[in-house]
Amino acid sequence: MSDVNDRIKTLVTENNVVLFMKGNRFFPQCGFSARAVGMLSQLDAKFETVDVLSDPEVRQGIKGYSNWPTIPQLYINGEFLGGSDIMMEMYQSGELATALAGDAPAAAE
Amino acid sequence: MISVEEVKRLIEEGLPEAEAVVLNEYNDGEHFAAEVTSTAFEGLSLIKQHRLVYKALGDAMHSRIHALQLKTYPPNRWPHAE
Repeated sequence: MSDVNDRIKTLVTENNVVLFMKGNRFFPQCGFSARAVGMLSQLDAKFETVDVLSDPEVRQGIKGYSNWPTIPQLYINGEFLGGSDIMMEMYQSGELATALAGDAPAAAE
Repeated sequence: MISVEEVKRLIEEGLPEAEAVVLNEYNDGEHFAAEVTSTAFEGLSLIKQHRLVYKALGDAMHSRIHALQLKTYPPNRWPHAE
């Protein structure tokens, strides 16, 4: 596994919900990324973002990591969920909220 | 730059019994929206359906197409049927 794959794997396993995007949640640099942030915010999700514009290695690497040619990309519990179009369909059907609700580690108490 | 016709042709020739409605709203040859149906989508997850479209677009997806808003439908849910 290459270094960038290791870095991405660490990012998506150490954070429950990670959005690889252009820009950040406050200043998205692309309409699709803005749409993805908007949906997650609307659902009150706790999520990390990775700005691929400031990290060319991850920008290329993430496309190979999930075999997916576009950005944004959402990962929940290390698993690739989809890009912004799939997020939108899942948002509208309620599946995105369900997937996000399942992200929290099961509470012991 | 790539034309709407070329995007449509790549998708329709790359997938079985496919039909694609492709838009290039700003007429810039780079930002597209497409709705696609194919018998290949039946029973597949959305991720797998979208991957098939990306595969059909091949190199164009990585170079000439800057953005593609995509919606896929199995044939029985295709909203553009005659």
